[in-house]
Amino acid sequence: MKVSFFPGCSLEGTAREYGESIQTVCSTLNVVLEELDDWTCCGASSAHCTSRYLATALPGRNLALAESVGSDLVTPCAACFSRLKTAVHELSGSDSVAREYALKRPVNVRHILEFLCSEEMVQGIEERIVKPLTGLKALSYYGCLLVRPPNITEEPHWEDPRSLDALLIHLGAECIYWSYKTECCGGSLLLTNVDISRRLIGRMLDMACETEAECIVTACPLCQVNLDTRQDEIGELNKKEYSIPVFYFSELMGLAFNEPDAGKWLRRHIVDPQPLLKAKGLL
Amino acid sequence: MNIVKGASFIKKGRVFDDVFACYQCCKCSAGCPVAFAMDLLPHQIIRHLIYHDTEKALASHTIWMCASCQTCNTRCPNEIDIAGVMDELRHMHIQSGRYPAEPATPLFHHTFLNEIQKHGRIHELSLMQRYTFKRRKLPGKGNLQDMLYDMKLGLKLFLRGKISLWPHRGRSRSEVAAIFKHEHGNKKT
Repeated sequence: MKVSFFPGCSLEGTAREYGESIQTVCSTLNVVLEELDDWTCCGASSAHCTSRYLATALPGRNLALAESVGSDLVTPCAACFSRLKTAVHELSGSDSVAREYALKRPVNVRHILEFLCSEEMVQGIEERIVKPLTGLKALSYYGCLLVRPPNITEEPHWEDPRSLDALLIHLGAECIYWSYKTECCGGSLLLTNVDISRRLIGRMLDMACETEAECIVTACPLCQVNLDTRQDEIGELNKKEYSIPVFYFSELMGLAFNEPDAGKWLRRHIVDPQPLLKAKGLL
Repeated sequence: MNIVKGASFIKKGRVFDDVFACYQCCKCSAGCPVAFAMDLLPHQIIRHLIYHDTEKALASHTIWMCASCQTCNTRCPNEIDIAGVMDELRHMHIQSGRYPAEPATPLFHHTFLNEIQKHGRIHELSLMQRYTFKRRKLPGKGNLQDMLYDMKLGLKLFLRGKISLWPHRGRSRSEVAAIFKHEHGNKKT
């Protein structure tokens, strides 16, 4: 199976292990991710906060590239997903602000989590699980832009999404239910109002500690970086100690598939997940 | 004066048309994760717009505090695109060229877009360098402890191979430059 792939800027930097694990897992599943030739940034929050034209034209350029390739466009980043999908809406209408990128037919933009959880993929995943994640207690964390607003994301259960939960159970993990699945981690405020972000992340970490969970699982590079990298400083400021590993769902898929590269991805985390996995006999 | 000014804005904006459906149930403010940091709550912003008092909304900290998490519009019983209204207010504020209540936020967006204009993609290291450099001039910012935290984190990320040192150089930069040229043309008209 072949799809177009829009990695997004963070996969070249802070979310490197997300990109690496996705590539490995997809090649195991015989999915060819064809990177859009010479893609450019979708504009993220800064474009939609600044002008409607930039918010549409920047993702619009990439959508035009995908339209010429013709297959579905898969992206691993929740923010890219949201911006690309919003732009499809905008560019399919007649009163678009960026007519030069008007789409002849809507490009089917999909987040990689939804793509890998779709019915066509489930069978293949099941066949490749050699080391089920038995005994791993995980929290599924979706964040904002993967599910909201539902008229853009097409998520049927936006207050209580279940695709990641189902995948984790499928991989053999124990999925703990919590009410912070779709809370905001304040990613867009991290560099401008760090105190607000710290408070939002701290709330989430406190709640995670209250449950019996041993790790948090995400499908968004911004959420993962936000939750993983700030535990030390928030702990210091709140006079608490946090050390809860935050995984990308693709890393856990890789572990269940017994991919030899998994150790390399996990060494890139700030909160080291290896002791937990070794204790569970998963590494 | 404000009424006339507000009304003309409202005619122009698409999402602003919807605000009149608001019956102040406050669901947006109740669910907003950053409400604790706002001077005007989301339902109050909407109320000011209904009264054509765009000025109050534009002068608020709220429009820069909003994290665009989309919780408010998802839950609004009248399907008002509240996060979209916040976006429109930011656009108006940036176009007006006046000094914002939270200067760091528009400065960050400006730096971020400049990076795209220059490289086509975001290069995290140079974005951080440029933003930190520009931000030093803002009053009351640049807490030493925060800088230490950031430096410590930067080193950890570097040691884990998560900081790419050189920006991407694509063929597409001229195309992206054309998008920004068009944007600047739009602003002048």
